Amino acid sequence: MAEVKDPSDGVQIDLISGERMDGLTSMEKIRLILDGVRDGNIVILEEGLSPDEESRLIEVTMTEISPDEFNGIEIETYPKSEAADASLLDRIMGKESTKKLTVIGPANQIETLHKDKNLISALVSRK
Amino acid sequence: MGLLTNLKDSISRAASTLFSEEDPKRIGIYGPPNAGKTTLANRIARDWTGDAVGPESHVPHETRRARRKENVEIERDGKKVTIDIVDTPGVTTKVDYTEFLEHDMEKDDAVRRSREATEGVAEAMHWLREDVDGVIYVLDSSTDPFTQVNTMLIGIIESQDLPVLILANKIDLEDSSVQRIRNAYPQHETIPLSALEGDNMDEVYDKIAEYFG
Repeated sequence: MAEVKDPSDGVQIDLISGERMDGLTSMEKIRLILDGVRDGNIVILEEGLSPDEESRLIEVTMTEISPDEFNGIEIETYPKSEAADASLLDRIMGKESTKKLTVIGPANQIETLHKDKNLISALVSRK
Repeated sequence: MGLLTNLKDSISRAASTLFSEEDPKRIGIYGPPNAGKTTLANRIARDWTGDAVGPESHVPHETRRARRKENVEIERDGKKVTIDIVDTPGVTTKVDYTEFLEHDMEKDDAVRRSREATEGVAEAMHWLREDVDGVIYVLDSSTDPFTQVNTMLIGIIESQDLPVLILANKIDLEDSSVQRIRNAYPQHETIPLSALEGDNMDEVYDKIAEYFG
């Protein structure tokens, strides 16, 4: 991923398309996210993660937390996933959709100001 | 012939294990830190077995290991429902040891507690994917339920088709709003209670029997 000229100038934001994530395995997606976040970047996923991947992301994040170095992540998506609305037939046929814009950042740099069903407002600070 | 008989016996044994109504269901008590999960687990365990599950505390991450209380028999309308209660550490995406320093802890203790907390959360996520048959999701009704952890966890539970009962705990507090939780998760039934005071536990046990029996 392209680096900004001087990271201390600001906060790097990586917007990752659904197409780019499609070709990756679950662990590759989690690695891509956590490597970015641990570098102090804000990662925005066009299509988010599946519930199973979210669960693994929490698990891997926990194993990487280290005092005075990495406190974990802040992650934001809208409250209701489309998965809950999918019909049983769609789910059986594997047509379940979990696409939802997702913002992930270092816990000490991103703070949620407001969140409801269709609005997420967050404050991002420098390292 | 002996081989066939043995095979038939093992199939029938496997089938009876799979479909036996005697097997207790493992019910995970999940939710964010400080929602009152251990207080609830202790209330259920004390009401039906006489023993507690673990220590309760206002300091976040008091529970840092999933703890199981086996064979809790709950009687409703003359029927018995047997469950294993799994009290899990509060799920979060971040743990900062400096927050423990505010609870009069030395740095070494705070760092150790945060390390144990992170291991506990990872363990809780693993239980959720692999080892529970149903979920009691506990929320503190005096706080905002629209958090990312709640949204993600309920999404994860739904994606696994696990039965889930949402409990709006701490209704004894002045700021409690059960309706706020109902509005946040309208796709699920929400039962109000105070695990600390024992308020509305009858309805909680009715629903446990209905959802997990």
